[in-house]
Amino acid sequence: MSAEDGDTPGVIKRFLFVNRKAPYGTIYALEALEVVLISAAFDQDVSLAFLDDGVYQVLAGNDPSGIGMKNFSPTYRALDDYDITKLYVERESLTERGLPEDGFVVPVNVVSRAEMAAIMSQQDVVLSF
Amino acid sequence: MLHTVNKSPFASATLTQCLGHLTDGAAVLLIEDAVVGGVAGTAPGALLAECLKGHKVYCLGPDLMARGISEGRLVKGIQTVDYAGFVRLVTEHDAVQSWL
Amino acid sequence: MKIGILVNEGPYTHQASDSAYQFAVAALKAGHKVTRVFFYHDGVQNGSSLTEPPRDDRQIVERWGKLAGQYEVDLVVCVAAALRRGIREQNLAEGFRISGLGQLVEAGIQNDRLVVFGD
Repeated sequence: MSAEDGDTPGVIKRFLFVNRKAPYGTIYALEALEVVLISAAFDQDVSLAFLDDGVYQVLAGNDPSGIGMKNFSPTYRALDDYDITKLYVERESLTERGLPEDGFVVPVNVVSRAEMAAIMSQQDVVLSF
Repeated sequence: MLHTVNKSPFASATLTQCLGHLTDGAAVLLIEDAVVGGVAGTAPGALLAECLKGHKVYCLGPDLMARGISEGRLVKGIQTVDYAGFVRLVTEHDAVQSWL
Repeated sequence: MKIGILVNEGPYTHQASDSAYQFAVAALKAGHKVTRVFFYHDGVQNGSSLTEPPRDDRQIVERWGKLAGQYEVDLVVCVAAALRRGIREQNLAEGFRISGLGQLVEAGIQNDRLVVFGD
């Protein structure tokens, strides 16, 4: 099946944003979030995956004031307003880092690695940064 | 799903992380620095040999050549492709996930 | 098939832009359409007209522009990422245009595949 030329109204694809990097050390987490917010305007089926060091992006209590950067954690709370509610955090990634399965800045679904792999396999478009 | 990995497994855990997320029909393509992981007799090579039991593993030839690695040194079963082959793999799988 | 490409890194430091370019050329030669290349993060530096690499090196910025002219590839530099990094209309290389992140999402919707190159 091939996408048609020009506008494709009514096309709903499954978009997965894969976040595997800790926030602040690089800009990827912040700029990924900016794309996620824009994607909301396109009425797509959007999911966010947080695994490996990406789990640190959604932990509550991040405070970058000491490194002179703006805290973008509150932006994750805006996702709900845009009907982006499928946020998946990988359990194994938490365990490997000595992190508990609670204490996130927004409601998330904690899923196993096998479940995360299944979620990934169901996507039409996978964006990683 | 076609999974691409571009980091050396000697410097990053990305290859291991990718291999932990393969589902039925998924294939792995090593590009850029990740190609050094395909060499037989190495720890990442052993991981890939295990992966080959259930999945296809490919390696981008021009990246191998650029790093002075001959195809003969790769783990048996890893298939070398050129950029045209990379494109073909992208079209043959329903989506691509880049493990950056 | 219609293919979109995302480039997350600038030229020269990382291989990402080179890999994306070689992939794009191979896709076009195979008869596929590369409709859009979207440049994000430091990838926006691929659109700087101010780069001046040594003559015997590959001309990354210029060759993207030539490819765009030859095959009608839409080269889009993200406006927000570009403003952060000093890329604007005044120093935008030929063949590129500056636009919003919506163009990336649209590339995901309208193409059969979206391939990401980064670090």
